[in-house]
Amino acid sequence: MDVREHLTSGETVPRSVTSPAVEDGERAARRSLRAQISKLERELAGAFVTAFPMGGLGEPPTARTRQARLLGLGELERVRDDLAERVRVARLTITERADAQAANRVLLERMLLEPEKHRSVRVACSDLGEPGCGAWQVRPRLGVIGMLMGWWQVKLSSGCPLARGRRPPRSRP
Amino acid sequence: MSEDLELRAAAGFVDPVVAAELPGLRLDWVIVEGRVRPSPPEVKRRLEELSDRYRGASVVAMRTKPIPHAYRAFFHQIGLDPDITRIPSEQAALGRLLEGRFSSRDLVRDALLIALVETGVPVWALDADLVHPAGLGIRATVAGDRLGKDTSGPVLAPGRLVVADRRCIHALLFGDVAPRHLPTSRSGRITLFAVAVDGVPAIHVEEALWVCAESLRTA
Repeated sequence: MDVREHLTSGETVPRSVTSPAVEDGERAARRSLRAQISKLERELAGAFVTAFPMGGLGEPPTARTRQARLLGLGELERVRDDLAERVRVARLTITERADAQAANRVLLERMLLEPEKHRSVRVACSDLGEPGCGAWQVRPRLGVIGMLMGWWQVKLSSGCPLARGRRPPRSRP
Repeated sequence: MSEDLELRAAAGFVDPVVAAELPGLRLDWVIVEGRVRPSPPEVKRRLEELSDRYRGASVVAMRTKPIPHAYRAFFHQIGLDPDITRIPSEQAALGRLLEGRFSSRDLVRDALLIALVETGVPVWALDADLVHPAGLGIRATVAGDRLGKDTSGPVLAPGRLVVADRRCIHALLFGDVAPRHLPTSRSGRITLFAVAVDGVPAIHVEEALWVCAESLRTA
C-alpha cells in the first residue's frame, strides 16, 4: 500500500508502508477492539490496586513480543481476549481472598468468644486483610499453669520487627 | 512558565496510516541548546525533591491515573505488555523504589527524568545535528529499514513503529534510541521530542518539553 509521508514542512515523500489497514469495516472493528482493550486495562488496573494489599495478582504472561507495531484484527482480538482472561482471573483471586479473610474474621471472633475451644490457634493480621506483621493467637495464661487449669486467652503479638538491622559487631580492644 | 524561556514546539508528522489506526498519537519536538555534562546542584536538588514524591502506595495506584492509564492502554494496542515492557513513568517510579532515590546521571538524562516525573509524558533527546531540519515524526518501518543512519545499524522488521525523519530512523517508538544519535558532551544542540497518545492532553506534552528545556537551561 502506497502512502505519502507528510512532513511538518509540507513536503511529501513517497514511501511504501505495509499496514494491516485494508478496509473501513475492519478498521471500525479494530477501533472497537482498541476501545475494549482500554476498558479492560482500566478494570485490570482497578483489580491490581484492590488485590495489592491481599498479596497481589500473579505474574503476567510473558508470551507477547516486545515490539511496538500496528496490530491486525486477529492480534487485537488476542490482546483483548488475554486481557479479559486476566481480568477474570484477577476478580476470581480477589473473591477467593476476600472469602478467606471473611472466614478468618469469623474464626477470630470465635477465638475471642471461646478461647478454650481454639487452643493455640493463630491468625495473622495479613490473613484478616489488615496491615502489619501482628498475629492473634490463643495462648494459656501463666504458661504451663494456665494450660493445666484451662485458662486460655487471645493475645495479639507486638507486630513487625524494628527496621534497624543487625547490631554492628563490637570492636575488640 | 518562566517569561524568559520561549519554547516553540513543532508538531511532528504521523504517517497517515498510523494516524488512522492510532488516533491521538502525536509527537512534538523542539531544538534547544545543551550538551551532556554533570548536572549542577539545582538539578540534583530537584531530583531529590521529586524522589520524595513517591511512596509505595502511590506507585501501586499510579496505573489508575489518567495519563499512565492512557500509555498502558496504548502499549496493549501496539503489542506491548505494560507489565513486561513498562511505560516510562512506571519504569521511573519502579527505579525510584528499588534504588531509594532518583540518582543524578548527567544533565540531559536528569532533565528528561524531571520532565517525565513532573508530567507523566516521556521525553527523549537526540543530537540535533543528526536530525533533518524538516523534523521528526512517527511511521511504520518498511522492508530494509535500519535503526540509525549507519548501514551497520540493525535491520528492523517491517511494520514496527519508529521515530524517524526524512533521512533515517532515530529510535523505536517507546524503545531504544540509535546509540550514535544520542547527545554527547560535544553536542551543541539537542532535539527533544515527546510522544503522547490518545487521552494525554496536549498541554502536558508542551509542559514536558518545557520542563526539560528549562532544566537544561538552568544549567
